[in-house]
Amino acid sequence: MANVHQYEVVVVGAGGAGLMAGLYASKTAKTAVISKLYPTRSHTGAAQGGIGAALGNLEDDSPEWHTYDTVKGSDYLGDQDAIEFMCAAAPDVVYELEHMGLPFNRTPDGKIAQRRFGGHTNNETGKPVTRACYAADRTGHMILQTLYQQCIKNNVTFYDEFHVLDFITVNGAAAGVVALELATGELHIFHAKAVIFATGGHGRVWEITSNAYAYTGDGVAITLRRGIPAEDMEFFQFHPTGIYRMGILITEGVRGEGGVLLNDKGERFMDRYAPTVKDLASRDVVSRAMYLEMKAGRGIGGKRYLHLDITPETVNKYAALDGRVRPDGSPYTVTGEEILKKLPDIIDFCKTYLGVDPVSQPMPVQPTAHYAMGGIPTNVRTEIVIDENNTVMPGAYAAGEVACVSVHGANRLGTNSLLDIVVFGKEAGINAAEFARGASFQPLPDDAADFTRQQLDALRNGSGKERAADIAREMKEVMFDHVGVFRIEEGMQQALEKVRELKQRFKEVRVEDQGSRFNTELLNTWELSNLLDLAEVTAASALARKESRGAHARDDFQERDDKNWMKHTLAWLKDGDVELRYKPVTLTKYEPKKRVY
Amino acid sequence: MQVTIDVFRFDPEKDQKPHFDQFVVEAEPVDRVLDLLEKIKDYHDGSLTFRRSCAHGVCGSDAMRINGVNRLACKVLVQDVGTRIKVEPILGLKVKRDLIVDMEPFFDHYKSVLPYFINDEAPPEKERLQSPEARERFDDTTKCILCAACTTSCPSFWSDSAYVGPAAIVNAHRFIFDDRDQGAAQRLEILNQQMGVWRCRTAFNCTEACPRDIHITQAIAEVKKAITSGKLD
Repeated sequence: MANVHQYEVVVVGAGGAGLMAGLYASKTAKTAVISKLYPTRSHTGAAQGGIGAALGNLEDDSPEWHTYDTVKGSDYLGDQDAIEFMCAAAPDVVYELEHMGLPFNRTPDGKIAQRRFGGHTNNETGKPVTRACYAADRTGHMILQTLYQQCIKNNVTFYDEFHVLDFITVNGAAAGVVALELATGELHIFHAKAVIFATGGHGRVWEITSNAYAYTGDGVAITLRRGIPAEDMEFFQFHPTGIYRMGILITEGVRGEGGVLLNDKGERFMDRYAPTVKDLASRDVVSRAMYLEMKAGRGIGGKRYLHLDITPETVNKYAALDGRVRPDGSPYTVTGEEILKKLPDIIDFCKTYLGVDPVSQPMPVQPTAHYAMGGIPTNVRTEIVIDENNTVMPGAYAAGEVACVSVHGANRLGTNSLLDIVVFGKEAGINAAEFARGASFQPLPDDAADFTRQQLDALRNGSGKERAADIAREMKEVMFDHVGVFRIEEGMQQALEKVRELKQRFKEVRVEDQGSRFNTELLNTWELSNLLDLAEVTAASALARKESRGAHARDDFQERDDKNWMKHTLAWLKDGDVELRYKPVTLTKYEPKKRVY
Repeated sequence: MQVTIDVFRFDPEKDQKPHFDQFVVEAEPVDRVLDLLEKIKDYHDGSLTFRRSCAHGVCGSDAMRINGVNRLACKVLVQDVGTRIKVEPILGLKVKRDLIVDMEPFFDHYKSVLPYFINDEAPPEKERLQSPEARERFDDTTKCILCAACTTSCPSFWSDSAYVGPAAIVNAHRFIFDDRDQGAAQRLEILNQQMGVWRCRTAFNCTEACPRDIHITQAIAEVKKAITSGKLD
């Protein structure tokens, strides 16, 4: 029999969204935060460049411009009510983080420092605007640490290294979760009035990825198995600048500070693809441009990478050509020392993994799988909605990368993920606690842990004819090749068939480790089952969408088709098949326009 | 190239005492030691147990002893350590299984130094102002990822695990020298106790072990000086 705990609110995941939710929910409700990692190991800590908020600390800016940029960045698939809400909330939530002690870099007059980032513009001139509030190139680390510190201060209850494996629903409402305690292998039932999923993304579906090992899509996979759809899964962001072959993220802040992308001829090619903002176009635009350059044989040495150059010589040359000036009107220039000060971590990564010093040498980069725009469908209150009529599941919430609110639509702007997690994490915590105040516990079913046991037993008792690592490798390769930066009917079809074959083969996998304590092989294998489900849903959703929009770029349907496709995909996993339905995008005042940078 | 890797093994469910298992794996010079452990787990022995997440040195999961020194397995490449590699759990914390140790005592020490912002005054409507110089004063210690490489390399911690340890002092330093914070006196009082900073014998192991290149010994010295001088400059 599993151990049973009772909390009014249970938060699953302890990255930025989960910690913010836990912090707020625990103010008024008995709350537990459950995470398969120690909270400070969460992937929020890997975010580098900044959090977007129109503070206007260095130049004119406004939340309305931020809203428009985000709508445009989303290629008009983002829900405009949610985007308005997020961008309007941004300045206050950044001040709140500062009040919690977050050590932002500072302007000479002591305010929060801000830098340029892709797709963020002055709406009057179309030029890049300094909107990304940053702490060197470890802004995510600072947010994660600060929120965890606040949780300690406020005695938030944690269950560290408890891996949530199932979502218990009763009478169509949330009733709790089932978790495995890593240290003992025992199952625990967390009986709850409200459950908040904040489990992050699933970039481990792809071969080249910036994402942590832990990014295995647990939240979306668990809810899919419980009949909840996944929204807009075909939209997965490939960040332009991952370290060649390793995928490790090199922040867009490098280009914000004046770095440029160069091809084999030493040419700054982005001015051909985005004449106004050049290297600071949206990520989907830059990744596609890089892909096209490499396809045309202009990768470095003909290989599948390009150079990202932040050496002072190059930065100063192109800043002069662009006529870039500082806030006081003087010409923009940088020194090696300033670069080292502003981007210490990425310089360390390049030295460690490549033996390259970015202050004097260009960095070899390629697009890397980075961020899930899609996820568990929610409304702007972070309540999980389960169909095309936006029917709310009582007591069920999701926030952060696991959720699809949708503020990112078809393509997320840099700095908006950190904003998303704090704004909607907070919203989830407040709303879930409020729900719990007015709700009773649903009765727990007698067999609450049975479905989890069945899944784990199947992994322990497989025939052993197949090896999990082979299946994972084949999935990652086929998804990177065919459901990546550019897509075409035949390739996606091939990927979908391959993933379905792999799902069959997965049934023959057997976990060797029959122990109970820290059985990471068992959990890693279970995580692979999640990735396979998400790969299937992603490929099926992508195959069906016959247009190009944001991160979903098709060679066979190259234009955006607002008439037929300005709508969200909802995908259900039913009896081994994917069922697709659609729901409209919420518009407020932004009419779709052609997207030019 | 082929790499021979000796890995510490201990499964309390079946082992009376620890032993080493040897694996021979194909590797590239630029492979991370973590990549080798993954390869062993995937293709040689699925029961090999270790923690990892980000795989590029920012989450702090995979601190271990590699050829006798504390490192993150994801920040050490084969070309840095050679083709004979010995991997053991970090010292001074109880081994739970293979390379996994009990992190609870480490986090308890961390929590004991009030590692959070303290300022009871009502905040302004916008940000509190802070000069770039004041922000720079504690920049180094904001980099800590709580991997425990420093604390578990410290001879004073090995000899007495009640010692709060370098990681906790680093995190206290981060707030003590933040001019927005008002909790310095409380933290200095905690660190002035018997198991506080005075246990530090300036061995420098912590500074050498830190994967984030934090000048830990210096930070500890600054805390000591603040206690003796009663000043924070």
